[in-house]
Amino acid sequence: MKPFEYAKATARADATAQAANDATFIAGGTNLLDLMKLEVMAPDKLVDINRLDLSEISETDDGGLRIGALVTNSDCAADKRIRDDYPVLSRAILAGASGQLRNKATTGGNLCQRTRCYYFYDTAMPCNKREPGSGCQAMEGFNRIHAILGASDACIATYPGDMAVAMTALDAEVEIEDKTGDIRHVPVQEFHLLPGDHPEKDNILESGDLITAVILPPPVDGKQIYQKVRDRASYAFALCSVAAIVKMDGDTIDGVALAFGGLAHKPWRDEAVEELLVGQQPSAELFGKAADQLLAEAQGYGSNDFKIPLTRRVLISVLKEATQTGAAS
Amino acid sequence: MNAHRKMDKPDSRNRLDDMRQGLVGTAMDRPDGPLKVSGQATYAHEWDVPDMVHGVLARATISKGRVTDVARDEILADDAIHAVITDDRLLRRPAQGGANEAPPQGSKQVDYFGQPIALVVADTFEQARHAANNLKISYEAEGNAAFDPEAAGTETDKPEDDQLDQGDLDQAMRDAAFTVDQVYRTPGHNSAAMEPHCAIASWEGDKLTLRGSYQMLNFNINELADALHISPDNIRMLSPYVGGGFGSKLGLSAEAVAAAIAAKEIGRPVCVTLSRQQVFETTVRRSETRQHVRLSCGEDGVLTGLGHECLVSNLPGEEFYEPVTQATHFLYGGKNRRLGIEVARLNRTCGGSVRAPGEAVGMQVLENAMDELAEAAGIDPVELRKRNIPEQHPEKDIPYSSRRFTEALDEGAKRFGWDQRNRKPGATREGDWLIGHGMAGAARINVLSEAKAKVTLLADGSAVVETDMTDIGTGTYAILTQIACDMLGLPADKVETKLGDTDYPAGPGSGGSWGASSSGSAVFLACEEIRRKLADKLGSDESDLDLADGKVGTGDSAQSLADILDGEEISAIGHIEPGKTLEDWQQATYGSYFAEVAVNAVTGETRVKRMLGVFGAGRILNEKTATSQCYGGMIWGIGSALTEELAFDSRDGHIVNHDLAEYHIPVNLDVPQIEVVLLKERDEFASPIQAKGIGELGICGAAAAVTNAIYNATGIRVRDYPATLDKVLAGLPDE
Amino acid sequence: MESTELVVNGKTYKLEADSRVTLLDALRNHLGLTGTKKGCDHGQCGACTVIVEGRRVNSCLTLACMHDGDEITTIEGIGQPDNLSTLQSAFVAHDGFQCGYCTPGQICSATAMIEEAKAGWPSFVSDDLDGSAELSNEEISERMSGNLCRCAAYPNIVNAIRQAAGEQS
Repeated sequence: MKPFEYAKATARADATAQAANDATFIAGGTNLLDLMKLEVMAPDKLVDINRLDLSEISETDDGGLRIGALVTNSDCAADKRIRDDYPVLSRAILAGASGQLRNKATTGGNLCQRTRCYYFYDTAMPCNKREPGSGCQAMEGFNRIHAILGASDACIATYPGDMAVAMTALDAEVEIEDKTGDIRHVPVQEFHLLPGDHPEKDNILESGDLITAVILPPPVDGKQIYQKVRDRASYAFALCSVAAIVKMDGDTIDGVALAFGGLAHKPWRDEAVEELLVGQQPSAELFGKAADQLLAEAQGYGSNDFKIPLTRRVLISVLKEATQTGAAS
Repeated sequence: MNAHRKMDKPDSRNRLDDMRQGLVGTAMDRPDGPLKVSGQATYAHEWDVPDMVHGVLARATISKGRVTDVARDEILADDAIHAVITDDRLLRRPAQGGANEAPPQGSKQVDYFGQPIALVVADTFEQARHAANNLKISYEAEGNAAFDPEAAGTETDKPEDDQLDQGDLDQAMRDAAFTVDQVYRTPGHNSAAMEPHCAIASWEGDKLTLRGSYQMLNFNINELADALHISPDNIRMLSPYVGGGFGSKLGLSAEAVAAAIAAKEIGRPVCVTLSRQQVFETTVRRSETRQHVRLSCGEDGVLTGLGHECLVSNLPGEEFYEPVTQATHFLYGGKNRRLGIEVARLNRTCGGSVRAPGEAVGMQVLENAMDELAEAAGIDPVELRKRNIPEQHPEKDIPYSSRRFTEALDEGAKRFGWDQRNRKPGATREGDWLIGHGMAGAARINVLSEAKAKVTLLADGSAVVETDMTDIGTGTYAILTQIACDMLGLPADKVETKLGDTDYPAGPGSGGSWGASSSGSAVFLACEEIRRKLADKLGSDESDLDLADGKVGTGDSAQSLADILDGEEISAIGHIEPGKTLEDWQQATYGSYFAEVAVNAVTGETRVKRMLGVFGAGRILNEKTATSQCYGGMIWGIGSALTEELAFDSRDGHIVNHDLAEYHIPVNLDVPQIEVVLLKERDEFASPIQAKGIGELGICGAAAAVTNAIYNATGIRVRDYPATLDKVLAGLPDE
Repeated sequence: MESTELVVNGKTYKLEADSRVTLLDALRNHLGLTGTKKGCDHGQCGACTVIVEGRRVNSCLTLACMHDGDEITTIEGIGQPDNLSTLQSAFVAHDGFQCGYCTPGQICSATAMIEEAKAGWPSFVSDDLDGSAELSNEEISERMSGNLCRCAAYPNIVNAIRQAAGEQS
């Protein structure tokens, strides 16, 4: 870990002002310190934002919820309103990491967690995300956990989280305050970037930007499911995960939101898949078409080829479960 | 006083059974338990050594070649940095278990990616870590490194002692009613003990004290002395508590020598701990294996031929190779046999012992093949194994010592409800889960190792046991205490067992499952001698001595030991050596595993729902610690079956998943409640206490029970371990 | 250098240390509280688990200077050899450890986990999210999956926790 200057932010303006000079915010720190120890990340300055007043979950005027950026994953998953109205979010958070990590990890920090690509994590390896232009060792290396959707010639890393996958299906928005004090809202779906030619950029945050909250829209009807597939029963990153919110009208699919984890550089959502399903009656054929649509452009890189058939099977299975009428959510 | 025994003859006296207290064998709590559960046990890093500074190793980032420059000056410009050590005595590779001499030294030559190159020493850990991370090392790489054991150009050799060609296996295969002819693969493993390797070195003049985390101090002290070019008389090593070993701490590793050299150079104690990534990269790995198994049998299922030909790997020059066929030699009959091991020479992290070297992967595959043969022959897998238990060793003209294989198979089948299973593969489903059952046999060679222990009966009627033997979680503190208690008639709180200090008599070290029977025998012999002295005092025969609860005799005539000792103390050193019984009888431990799995029909994920192990390992010295050892082994089997795999990069041989996030050892949720049954057994050929090893038996075939159950659940044979979901998925029908 | 006040097991310590010092290294290398273990230093094993302000966390993944004024409970504060907590005694009785290295982390984790369950926190394996889940074997296993044990004492760890949780409720 490189020596760094440590400062505690006392107010949001103070935080963004300090961070504007190439400092990095630290909240839970569970991923940042992990990476700093390896010197994958080596900021000159850390601004500790834990004292900021961002630890509340409050109701919004339109009946949604505002989850403060410093709300821990544990508090978010255990919040009664979230358990009752957004169970897919509780489930997704509980599927991630461990009890200890969820107690420390925050809502804002979790959105910013970085890929677990083995080559990104090893400073002896070339990596376009860590050192732009140095190359990608994963593409022709061991890439079991890597992307099958939306990857580029520069990077095949995946976003590793669960929480943001559920938030993507929920059409949540990230609230960001910039260094001038302006506040903007960005859909979670647009928060993370695809790697393209600039895999070093995980998301849309600019220097000095502070995530202040995630806003959940008012609860929607329908069945909510989070399914995660991984290499051990617990405490492992997703090989593939699906957050599904499906509303039935009789035996017709009335509304559907599907987001996928472990497949791409961001939580993956494909509106064409959802359009294909809405207004239709559930059938094996329909679900097969949805999977065809989702995976039309999917590409494996060797050790992750299995994710294509796996995702197909998991999607079909989740859709079957979600469209079964009569069952409670 | 020295009580010496060479195990040339069986000992069927079963003397421990005569002791009135009967503490041996019971589920006594570990005496070290209260310290461990309260964080008071001192592991290697946890000694309060004044004036200590910290060292961190820097690693090679090429796979083969030479170091041309280490940019020491850049780093040393910082006042906090005390030294950058690139001494020729630094270890290039860890020592193999029992090496008793230094392994290859000098880090200028690079043999594998991740090899230690230099040690950076600083005031604090944080400073040393940062400096080591940024130490610039220049290399001249050689382009002819080898990374793939199965590639055409890879150099291989065949250890002469491990090739057997008996009868005509090819003909037996042609003539057989049923055959199996399959290739299986198992991946590399890391011991992944929870405590990373660590050493604190401090010098007083020419005397070195090394507090470390090692399994076999009796050998480690000589390895360290040889590496430093000093006499072992000038070294004291301390490892009273070891946070797991599983083979990785058998031989000396880089941190010990680096710490010792640095401490001498800067004149202050130095602490060096491996990072978790360094544990993966620089301590020993279990070799991956390619195993070609051929089995042939008649209509009756009796084996006529058995082939087990294996490819393993290690660094050039290493004598150790994974002894995959170790149990195959004696477990089943079949007069036409071809067993062999070939070693590919690779530039990968050093291969070495990981829990149950040989059987852990060899039995796992042999027991898969037996399951396939049972299927082919239409014979129940339990029955097939029973029909193939030979009278005499199938390759040598020697008998077996005590062997409870048949009983383990029968008892396991009965307790598990084996006859209730659905024999048809892929035919039982609960929701999304396919249910299957599988079983496998267990076998592990038994070894007695030379050991000494000193027992002192103090004048107050309490006793102390001293040996440099270690307790790596195995229960040594408990079992040595229990043996001394029963032999001397003392309650548990009157015996103190002191371990892990080379100032004490040399034990056998913790490895190869021999620790309990060997050290236990040394303590037993010492106690016998003390009993003789007590008997002399009383004018009676040692064999008539009736000791319990700190007294001699019972009732009104009972005398306290303190009174008899009358201010004196009696001490004796027990010394056991292996002898003819190890050569003239095939000694091993046996068992059976039964597993129920659920395989997700959608995702291919496997969960073990139920698992039973039945084991015969001679006298059980402590039911609780022995059972725990079996749990451990069986859960390692679950890991081997389902999740554990070292992933090597094909281009430079580096371990890609060198941490505990991506090298998947089982977590709590991967493991169901497991049942362990320990059979009553006394093996008179094994040791004077009729005990055999049990620390590794639990893993020796366990994974096969799981994968055989996956077959029963799905009809899919995964022959390429681990059975991760992708491999199962490939065989599942569309949903 | 950062000045930090840590309240560990009820005792206040003043720490002057490099900002890079983690809470784990502060405990082990600066305060002499070596009961908390370092197994991976990256939040992948749970051996370093301590209880900060009532919550179990990985002390390796947080900086000491981030905890100025925080109340921290380590294994030393849970019970001593001659005065073990119910859970510690249950670990001894059930042989919920072998080498003992992951054990302080297991016990700190379980101590806080029992409180989490009492507070109605659901887990990944809970059928309902309503917080009604009893601490079954499966619930304990899931909630304790952040604490690796290579000796694999898992069945005994579960039994020890189930017994202790039952005695406390």
